[in-house]
Amino acid sequence: MILGIDVGGTHTDAVLIDHLRVLKKAKALTNPENLLSSLLEVTTELVDEATIDQLERVVLSTTISTNAIVQHKVDPVGIMAVSGPGLPPALLQIDSNTHILSGYLNHRGIEIATIDQEEASRIASRFRSEGIRNVGIIGKFSTRNPKQELELREIVRKLDHDPLQHVSLGHRMSGRLNFPRRIATAYLNEAIFRPYQRFVTQVLRFVHTRKITIPIYILKADGGTFDIAQSVEYPVQTILSGPAASIMGILATTGCGSDAIALDIGGTTTDIALFAAGVPLFEAFGVTIEGHRTLIRGLRTKSIGVGGDSVVRVREGRIFIGPEREGVAAACGGPFPTPTDAMIVLGMTVIGDAEKAAASLTPIAAALNCPVVEAARAIFDETCRKIAGHVRAVLDETNNRPVYTIHEMLEGKKLNPRTLYVVGGPAGPLAPELGRLLDCEAHIPIHAEVANAIGAALARTTAEMTLLADTERRTLTIAEEGFQTPIPPDFTMEDAIRIGREKLREKVLGMGAVEVEPEIEVVEAQEFNMVRDYHTSGKNIRVKVQVKPGCIADLRRGDVLCR
Amino acid sequence: MPLKPQKRTGLVFFPAFDWAISPCHPEREERLLYTQDQVFEEGLLDFDNIREYKPGIATAEDINRAHICVPDAGSVVTESHLISAGGAITAAEKVLSGEVDNAFALVRPPGHHAMLVVHGARGFCNVNIEAIMIEYIRHHYGPKRIAVVDTDCHHGDGTQDIYWNDPDTLCISIHQDGRTLYPGTGFRDEFGGPNALGATVNIPLPPQTSDVGFLMVLDRVILPILDAFKPDLIVNSAGQDNHYTDPITNMRFSAQGYALLNERLAPDICVLEGGYSIEKALPYVNVGIILAMAGLDYSHVREPDYDPLSLRQSPDITRAIEEEARAVMGLWRERHEMKRRVVGANRYMKRKKFIYYDTDGISERQEETVRVCDDCGGLVMIESVADTGNSVFAVILPGRCCPECRNDGELFFERTNRGKHIRVYFQDRERGVFLVK
Ligand SMILES: [Zn+2]
Ligand SMILES: [Zn+2]
Repeated sequence: MILGIDVGGTHTDAVLIDHLRVLKKAKALTNPENLLSSLLEVTTELVDEATIDQLERVVLSTTISTNAIVQHKVDPVGIMAVSGPGLPPALLQIDSNTHILSGYLNHRGIEIATIDQEEASRIASRFRSEGIRNVGIIGKFSTRNPKQELELREIVRKLDHDPLQHVSLGHRMSGRLNFPRRIATAYLNEAIFRPYQRFVTQVLRFVHTRKITIPIYILKADGGTFDIAQSVEYPVQTILSGPAASIMGILATTGCGSDAIALDIGGTTTDIALFAAGVPLFEAFGVTIEGHRTLIRGLRTKSIGVGGDSVVRVREGRIFIGPEREGVAAACGGPFPTPTDAMIVLGMTVIGDAEKAAASLTPIAAALNCPVVEAARAIFDETCRKIAGHVRAVLDETNNRPVYTIHEMLEGKKLNPRTLYVVGGPAGPLAPELGRLLDCEAHIPIHAEVANAIGAALARTTAEMTLLADTERRTLTIAEEGFQTPIPPDFTMEDAIRIGREKLREKVLGMGAVEVEPEIEVVEAQEFNMVRDYHTSGKNIRVKVQVKPGCIADLRRGDVLCR
Repeated sequence: MPLKPQKRTGLVFFPAFDWAISPCHPEREERLLYTQDQVFEEGLLDFDNIREYKPGIATAEDINRAHICVPDAGSVVTESHLISAGGAITAAEKVLSGEVDNAFALVRPPGHHAMLVVHGARGFCNVNIEAIMIEYIRHHYGPKRIAVVDTDCHHGDGTQDIYWNDPDTLCISIHQDGRTLYPGTGFRDEFGGPNALGATVNIPLPPQTSDVGFLMVLDRVILPILDAFKPDLIVNSAGQDNHYTDPITNMRFSAQGYALLNERLAPDICVLEGGYSIEKALPYVNVGIILAMAGLDYSHVREPDYDPLSLRQSPDITRAIEEEARAVMGLWRERHEMKRRVVGANRYMKRKKFIYYDTDGISERQEETVRVCDDCGGLVMIESVADTGNSVFAVILPGRCCPECRNDGELFFERTNRGKHIRVYFQDRERGVFLVK
C-alpha cells in the first residue's frame, strides 16, 4: 500500500492506494504553524494500526518551498560568484549580499586566473559579522571544473566553524550551463534551506509518532521523487512541485501514452501542460519562480489568467475574460460576473444562487444588446476560445523550439495531440467545447479532487546526469555529482554512455528508486573531434542520461487507476 | 555609465553539429561548439530582449533568385546549406515583420565566396546565404536598397560578383590585403559594373591591423558611404577571422573591437561568415556581438589572453590605412563622373573572369556582358565554361528592370538555343521568374 500526501497552501490531501485502487481519500485544512497536526489529522482517517504495517511507501508533495519563496519568507544568503569576463557584474546581482570575486575558468574548465584568498576571507568574515549563515558559492563554468568553488568553500569553512552555517556549491545544483541561473539556483537552495529543514523535521516527527519505518519520499519539480534524507541538501529541487503533482496525477489516473494536452482550470488561472507520447514535457532550461530563473529541471506548465472566477467585462461591444479575479462568482456573493455565472445561467452547473448569477449578467447583456442567455453563451464561448488560443500558442512554441543538428532539423518531430484532459472546478462544462475547438477527444480524469496526492503517491524516482569527457585533457566530469576522474586518450562515446548508465543507476537507487533496473534513457550523445593545427588532438564527448518522469512499475503497462 | 537603449534581438543559432567539409577541415562540427557553451553559460537566451528562433529551410526557388547553379540547385547544395540559408532568411523575416529590431544568424556553413554562377564549392562556400536572403527579402517585401558590409577577413568576392551590376545593393568589403590572403582580390579599383559604379567598395587592409585601424575605416569610409547610400537595410557579413588568434589570417582585431564595430554600424541583420579560432575567439566575439546588437553592456567581454598593448598596430600601418581610406573616398566621390570615362561609346560592356573553386578543385572561364543603361542595373548575359565539361549560358534581368533591358533580355533568351551549352537560364530578379532550357 502506498500513502500519497499533498501538503498544499490551503488543504492537505491524502490517498491510500493499493494495487491500482484508490482505497481511501481524505482532506484536511493545512495549518502552516503546525504541519504535524495537519499530517496526523489527514492520515488518521486513512491508516490505522493494522494498515500501517502494510505500507510500502509514503510520498509527500509540498508547497513549503514554493510558498516560502513567493511570500518572501526566506533567509538572507551571501553569494560569492566567480565571474571572470563576460556579462557586467551589475546583471549578476541578486541583492546587496552578492559579491563578485576574482578568479576565472574558461569554457574548457581551464583555470585562467586564480582566486584571491584574502579577498575571499574578507567577504566570508563580512557574512559572519552580518549574521549571514547561508552561503552560495558559484563559478562561471564550474560544471567544467569545480576547483575554484571547492577552494572557496574551504576558505569559508576555515573561517567559520558555526554548525549552523550551510554552503551550496553551484556545480552540485545541475550539470547544465547557465551561470546566472546557477547563481539563482544556489541562492534559492540556501534561501529556503532552513524553512525546508523545519518541514522535514516535522515530517520525521510525524513518521516517528505514527511508527512508520518505511522510506519517505518527496516530490520534485520534475514530477519524480527522492528520498527525504537527500532532499534536505537540495530543497530547491522541490520548488513548483505542486503543478508537477497535478500533472503526475493526470498521468496516473489516465494512463496517457500519446501526445496530449492537460488543463487544470482553477478560479483565477488555467495551467496548461503537454505530454509527448505520454511523457510530460520539461521546461527547456529550468523552472522560473518569482522572477528567479533556475536550472531546476521541472515540468513545463504555462499559467494563463483565465479561470472560473475571472472578471467578465464588455468593452466596445467585445467580451473580455480576466486576467483579474476579484473574488468568487457573483452567484456565490462575488462582486463581478464571471464565466462560472455564465455556466450557471446556461444550466451547465449548479452552484450558489442562480438568480444572482443572472442578475450579474444583466449589464453585460445590455451592453451587448441581447438577452441574458445569449450573453451567457457568448461569455462561455469566449472563455473556451481564449483558453484554446493559449493552448495553440503553447503548442506552436513547443513545436518551434530550436534544434542544433541537421538530423534533428530534418526529423522535425512535432506534437500533434488528439487527447485533452481537463481537471479543476469548471472542468465538466468546459471540456466538451474545448475538445471541439482543439480537435481533441476530451476526458475528465477520475479522482480529480485528489489528483496531486495520487500523482505524488505513484511517481517514480527521477534524475538526470550530464557527462563531459575531454580526451585531450584526459578528464571525465560529472559536475552535479562532484565526480571527476582521469580517462585514457582512447576513451569513446560508448564508454561515456556506459559510465553514465552505471552512475545514474547508482544514483537513482540511492535516491530510493524501487525498480532495481531503472529505465535509463540517453537523451544526448555527441562527439566532437578537437582539431588543433590540422590534426586531431582529442575528443570532446557530451552525454546526458536520464530517468524520465513516469509512474512506478505497477502502472507502466498502461493500466489506469480504477475507482 | 549611461544606459543604452535596449533592442529586441533575434538569434538564429544553428551550429550544424553533424556537418563538416571533412574531419579536420576548419569548417567542421566543432566550429560553434564553444560559442554555444559560452552563449549558454552567459545566459544570453534568458534576456527578455533576446529571442532565439529555429531556422527555416531554404528552397531551390530561393536559391534560383540569387544564383545560376550548374546544372541545378539540388546538385550543388546539401541540407546543411539549405538550413544555413534558411537561417539567414528567418533572421531577415523576424526583422522585416517587426518582431525584433535586429537579428543575428549564427549559422554555418558560410557563403560569401559563392558567386553568381555555381559550379561547386569555393572558399568553404557553396551558395551565398546573404544573397539568397537579400533576394528573398526583395521578392517578399518589395524592392529595397540594401547595404552589405562584409567584415570577414577574406574579400567577400562572391557577394561582390552577384551584385556587381546592381546599383541598389551596396557591397562594402574590408579585408586583409588580397596580395597576402585568399582569394587574392578586393582591391580599391574593383568598384562595380558600368551601371553600378561605387555600389561595390573595397578597402584592403594591411596584415596586423588592430581595433584602431578597423574603427578608423568604419568612421572614415563605411559610415559616410552608408550615409550617402541611405539603405533600407544594413547587413553585416560578420566573419570573425580578423581576430588576433585566427589560425588562417594575420589580423589583430579583438572581441571588444567586434562589439564596438557592430554597435556603431548598427546592422539590421548579421550573418556569420568565417572565423576559425574556435576556442580563443569565437566564444567571446559572438557574445560581444550579441550584447552589442541587443544594446546591452559588453564592456566586460574579453578574451582570456587579451593584451591591448601587444595588439597595438604600428604607426606605419596606421599611415597605410589612412592613405587607403583617403584613396577610396577620393574614388568614391568621383563615381558619377566615372561612368562616361569607363563606358565611352560602348552599348555593351564585357568582362572576362577566371574562377577557381579551391574547395572542389574546379576551374571556370566566364564572359559577362552588360547592357549599358542609365535607367537600371542593366541586362546581364553570362557564358560560363568549367573544366567539368559543363558549359552554360544565362540571361539575367536586374531588379527594377527598365523596359529596354527587359525587352532585349527576353529576346536573347528566346533566341539562344542549347547548342554546346548543357543549360540556358533566364533569371528575372525583378519578377522572381527563373526559366531553364
Ligand atoms: Zn573569411
Ligand atoms: Zn536598363
